[in-house]
Amino acid sequence: MTAEPIIRIRDLKVAYGSSVILEHLNLDIPKGEVIGVIGPSGCGKSVLLRAITGLKPPESGVVEVFGLRLDTLAPDDRTAAERRWGIMFQDGALFSNLTVRENVMVPLKEHTQLSPALIHDLADMKIRLSGLAASAGDKYPSDLSGGMRKRAALARALALDPELLFLDEPTAGLDPITAAGFDTLVRALQRALGLTVFLVTHDVDTLHATCDRIVVLGEKHVLAMGTIPELRQVDHPWIQEYFSGPRGRAAAPPDEQRT
Amino acid sequence: MKSPVTPGFALEKSGEETVLRLTGDWTVATLQTVEAAFGTTRLPDGAGIDVSALGKLDTAGAFLIDRLLRASNAYPPRLIGDHASAASLIEQVHAAADPCEPPPPRPHGFVDMLERIGRGTVAVFTEVTATLAFLGETMFTIARLIVQPWKLRWTSIVAVMEEAGLNAMPIVAFLTFFVGMVVAYIGATTLRDFDLEIFTVELIGYSMLREFGVVLTGIVLAGRTNSSFTAQIGTMKMRQEIDAMQTLGLKPMDVIVAPRVIAMVVMTPILSFVATLAGIAGGIMVGWTSLDINPGLFIERMRASVPLDQFWIGMSKAPVFGLVVALIACRQGLLTGGSVQSLGHRTTTSVVQAIFAIIVIDALFAIFYMELGI
Repeated sequence: MTAEPIIRIRDLKVAYGSSVILEHLNLDIPKGEVIGVIGPSGCGKSVLLRAITGLKPPESGVVEVFGLRLDTLAPDDRTAAERRWGIMFQDGALFSNLTVRENVMVPLKEHTQLSPALIHDLADMKIRLSGLAASAGDKYPSDLSGGMRKRAALARALALDPELLFLDEPTAGLDPITAAGFDTLVRALQRALGLTVFLVTHDVDTLHATCDRIVVLGEKHVLAMGTIPELRQVDHPWIQEYFSGPRGRAAAPPDEQRT
Repeated sequence: MKSPVTPGFALEKSGEETVLRLTGDWTVATLQTVEAAFGTTRLPDGAGIDVSALGKLDTAGAFLIDRLLRASNAYPPRLIGDHASAASLIEQVHAAADPCEPPPPRPHGFVDMLERIGRGTVAVFTEVTATLAFLGETMFTIARLIVQPWKLRWTSIVAVMEEAGLNAMPIVAFLTFFVGMVVAYIGATTLRDFDLEIFTVELIGYSMLREFGVVLTGIVLAGRTNSSFTAQIGTMKMRQEIDAMQTLGLKPMDVIVAPRVIAMVVMTPILSFVATLAGIAGGIMVGWTSLDINPGLFIERMRASVPLDQFWIGMSKAPVFGLVVALIACRQGLLTGGSVQSLGHRTTTSVVQAIFAIIVIDALFAIFYMELGI
């Protein structure tokens, strides 16, 4: 954590009307790591993601991504910053009137000056890189299963080779084998591309398989941040329950189960 | 962030050995400068790739390098020099970039055109049959519900009546009022040449009672209510609410289609009645202000010269139009697929079909009543 953090949040407050979701939230995400964000349902994990990416303007507080404050940037600079990250939404959020390949081509067409033929081939490559068969490129999102949609969404998020990747529950609703494949994929991509990954999840297996560090949200702010062994030492009922409950124990690798 | 360095490459020969030297940043943002030239380059046998001066590399850059390697049959490459990620990236991209078969070309031409015409013609017939089948199914459902009235969903019937009936009343009344004025003006200017301005009363009476009141109502409903029904039902279908309904033992025909059809069959005559009155009011207005026919005289003359039959002819069409609008809307809504595009397509089809059906049915009614001699 010596380097400049890629995301820096200070005293963030996010509210919908009178209900405050996040308050006094401080967070530093170091560069080049996979950060898992966990917390009880409804604690504001997805809201935090929306606040960081500027989809939900915060009531107060500072959010810096790549050392830039998005809310004060000029529109052009903001677009430039936005193309340095990729987001995969919970339900994929693919454009339903475009095929998978066209979905992946959208950011490439919009933000690069490459030739159409190369964009087409690059999109095919990304589709296969995210674990789909090349034939999926011609299909429409409504023809795909949930797992395939998530992969297609990942392909679109990776289209511009972002430095920072936001994944909102990438493995929710997938069978364990597909989910494990997804975890391996994210980890491999992260290593090869030096990505920073901000991963919102409920899946204990995903945490063990991919995350360098974990952020626990709760009570409207960050309860704890650290590696899994570190978090096991944290004396907080929810965190203890999370890692020592039946599902948490089952997911732990054997050398950690003894502790 | 440092500004990106323009990528470059050079094939260098030193004695026996050939080396491809890569420089600068090879990322998706910078590649356009080398893309064309690099695409035509080929590596000679046994050539190495020097990556020591290579800056940033991403999957797009690795993809270009991999494409060169494939074209030159040189995979796996012999990399010279150190680079943090070049080897692993090229390996990963290579695994994902097997060239796939090009898709079969789409047929274009005369035969294809004939085929599409044929398909289109058949589609018209199947569409008509399917709509009639849906009509039958709806009729059966409603008949069953009338025998078992406790199964009718009164709340949704009344809600639809308010939304699609009562709330449509102002627009329907305004529209026919102005059409009544227009018809009266046109009639008056034409009839003035023969000094027969007084016949404007008959013109308004016949046209409003028999045609305009009910047809205009039908068309407004086709645009307003029909589209909203299709969009509602289509969205429910897209979000799998209809599937959920079925698994809970609720029949979409009972829950969605029947209340809408019943409400529309009841409300359209009422709307048409209001529309007819508004149209006549428009005629009276013009007669009073510019033809010197006072409202009392207008109504008196209308009673004397326009038979009541004309009113009943108009009214007899109203429930049919209501039924057609609701049926087409529900059918198209239920046919919606999973995509946004399909929803838009279905809504358009729904409105077009409804307006088309209203005008065709109105023509059939005209022939029917003419044969009857009314």
